Amino acid sequence: MDVLIGAGVLAATIRLATPVALAALGGVVTERSGVVNIALEGCMLVGAFFGVFAADRTGSLPAAIAAAVVAGILLAAVHALAAITFRADQIVSGMALNILALGLTSYLDYQLYSTTGTPSTIPLVPNVHLGFLENAPVLGGAIGDQSAIVWATLAIVVLLQLFLFRTVPGLRLRSVGEHPRAADTLGIDVRRTRYWAVLASGALAALGGVYLSLSVAGSFSDNMTNGRGFIGLAAMIFGRWTPVGALGAALVFGYGDALSVSLQGVKVAGVEFPVQLLSTIPYLLTVLAVAGFVGRSRMPAADGQPYESEGH
Amino acid sequence: MALETPIVEMRGISKRFGELQALADVDLTVHRGDIHALVGENGAGKTTLMNILYGLYRADAGTTRIRGNEARIAGPRDAIHLGIGMIHQHFMLVPPLTVAENVVLGDERGGPLLDRRGIEARVSELEARFGIRADPSAKIEDVPFGVQQRVEILKVLYRGSEILIFDEPTAVLTPQEVDDLFQIVRTLRGEGKTVILITHKLREVMAVSDHVTVLREGRNAAQLVTTRTTPAQIAVAMVGRELREIAARSGTPGDVVLEVSGLTAPSDRGGPALKGIDLGVRAGEIVGLAGVGGNGQSELAQCILGLRDASAGVIRVGGVDVAHDDPHRTRRRGVAYVPEDRRVEGLVLPFSVAENFILGKQDRAPYARRGILRADAIRREGARLATEFDVRPADPDIEVGSLSGGNQQKVVLGRELSESPKLIVANQPTRGLDIAATEYVHERLLDQRSRGCAILLISSELDEIRDLSDRIAVMFEGRILAVLPASEATEDRLGLLMAGHVEAVGERSGTSPA
Ligand SMILES: Nc1ncnc2c1ncn2[C@@H]1O[C@H](COP(=O)(O)OP(=O)(O)OP(=O)(O)O)[C@@H](O)[C@H]1O
Ligand SMILES: [Mg+2]
Repeated sequence: MDVLIGAGVLAATIRLATPVALAALGGVVTERSGVVNIALEGCMLVGAFFGVFAADRTGSLPAAIAAAVVAGILLAAVHALAAITFRADQIVSGMALNILALGLTSYLDYQLYSTTGTPSTIPLVPNVHLGFLENAPVLGGAIGDQSAIVWATLAIVVLLQLFLFRTVPGLRLRSVGEHPRAADTLGIDVRRTRYWAVLASGALAALGGVYLSLSVAGSFSDNMTNGRGFIGLAAMIFGRWTPVGALGAALVFGYGDALSVSLQGVKVAGVEFPVQLLSTIPYLLTVLAVAGFVGRSRMPAADGQPYESEGH
Repeated sequence: MALETPIVEMRGISKRFGELQALADVDLTVHRGDIHALVGENGAGKTTLMNILYGLYRADAGTTRIRGNEARIAGPRDAIHLGIGMIHQHFMLVPPLTVAENVVLGDERGGPLLDRRGIEARVSELEARFGIRADPSAKIEDVPFGVQQRVEILKVLYRGSEILIFDEPTAVLTPQEVDDLFQIVRTLRGEGKTVILITHKLREVMAVSDHVTVLREGRNAAQLVTTRTTPAQIAVAMVGRELREIAARSGTPGDVVLEVSGLTAPSDRGGPALKGIDLGVRAGEIVGLAGVGGNGQSELAQCILGLRDASAGVIRVGGVDVAHDDPHRTRRRGVAYVPEDRRVEGLVLPFSVAENFILGKQDRAPYARRGILRADAIRREGARLATEFDVRPADPDIEVGSLSGGNQQKVVLGRELSESPKLIVANQPTRGLDIAATEYVHERLLDQRSRGCAILLISSELDEIRDLSDRIAVMFEGRILAVLPASEATEDRLGLLMAGHVEAVGERSGTSPA
């Protein structure tokens, strides 16, 4: 039973879901405004690297997180420029930036840390110990000792949900993603709204990256995000473009991931469980989600469409 | 009245789009508290002129005065500021948002938090003042066109507009909704608002307007006072010639070509769209299918074409069951289709006129040989059809998307009618078309009828149905309530049936299929 819902599996689920959730939240913000940003993978990767880099150089955790977020925002800004101002193909731009991010971080990592590995002395994101849960059976182990970023993610989910559906700027952002011309004729600045959304998505994905490097791993390694940005986009679809849904989807993916670890070596009816197959579950779920098999999800009507205002 | 400063005064407005002179030295004078009709054929420049007034386009030349003061309107924001509001031809509403959210969007007032209740209360208040009914908490995607349009009106009223521009507001409305709209427009006039109304329907011009400005090919053709003019006079100014009377119907229908019995089919949302349809159309006969949009007419057309799967029932064309055929096979049996929305279903807008003419036949000689398209054959046929169907300009290489609505429709007709079909299913064939283009489409359909073609004509225009049909079937909530001979289909009777009042069928005619 423990391998299915034990504290260890649940804690791993949360750990594995967090970076995916952050990327998914970034996806929700940008796609709700009508811009597809697959460069979230790259934003995450530069976040992971520059977090470690700044932590190494400054020794300060706040500076490290700030540097990571700024790196994610800068990469997203390039995408915004291409997609919004120059109305370039959003998939091509996003993919190019992913390749750029991979090359850049691998190169810098090689130049700076190839001999020693990333330093082990860098400040890491602390865990939050919930002492009062110490003796609670499953819960204590699952959430009693999680990274501060996990809790921050939870807060972001709530705030983002409120922002999108309960505030005026949120209403405007959604209108821009659904019907930019209507928003434009009502005096809402479509381009500016989309810029903000894309930049915010870069920041969120970068936070996911910093979680991987400065909370889970304590170091940087090449391509350490390993497609989590893309899984995040699947979680966004699975979660029907809402922050709460995206979090739920990320947890499902995280659980699938966690199982493929915990079921390693477990025998069912005398046969060893095929973990290799199990580890494909998150990806299988992703394909199903993207293909629209899981519920009827409707994407923002103007998602991925460049907008050109009419004034001549 | 002559002494009062006009609320809108546009002088010498010109606008070019590339090679095309869309407006040349156009004047428009509108008085406060008037309903001013702006009429003209497709492409005459009506929308362009209004887009300039609303700041969406900038004029190349000319001046605009609002309440006597020269105005520089660089964008919608300036226009809104001057009290100008536009109800667009294609609605500018955000479907997943509510009525109230759409009304206040961009001017929500109050703090950054979205005060749903406050917003809905404000919208209700506005509705009460102008006699407009729409549930503020309903989502736009769930309400019919008529209500969506009221939301557009509320939007501009909410922003304090004094001058309301309506661009073809009645094109997508049912007769009842048109009546409601004109009631609202009159209330607006009563409240001192000024209304500029673009329409193709002379009946509407005569019914509600005070003044009329006629444009033809981007120039002023006439400025008239409604009470001192006639529809014929306006038509002459619009078209530059007298209109023809529709030829009287004659001839006896032949064999049954289309036979539908017990047809049921689901709608896109899952519920039943068709609940047991029985209908027959004979050779040389036009059967009009009247009804308020959304009562299953389009689904019936789609079933006949094979675009939608029936859940039960039989569809026979010339005796052959086509219920399970795909559109390609159905078409090969001689069924032509004029779809409801030419821009979405009827044409590939970025393709040339010639390419659109041969869509669906591109795999056959002479347009293709061994799988390779033959550009010269396609162009030759395109040029021939463009001339035959009076597409203007008659250039086979021009992009279809750049043609006016009427000329786009001629391309659809040219493709569908050129192969001597046995059956034509025409869904709203004249929607959005000007009177000359409408006349043209009607003549082509009547030609086909005389040739012995069976025609199922779906339209929400009662006049069109009554002018063309030999028999009229009225659809309501997925059923055919009655089939009347044209001679017995008075407007009142049709109106009642369209609203679901079966007792209006009368004793003489039943619901016999053929
Ligand atoms: N943005 C544009 N670019 C190029 N040509 C345009 C543009 N807008 C309008 N035109 C052309 O200008 C002419 C006038 O168009 P406009 O839309 O004003 O006509 P209209 O009178 O509103 O016609 P309709 O009754 O079909 O709506 C047409 O020939 C049209 O093709
Ligand atoms: Mg127009």
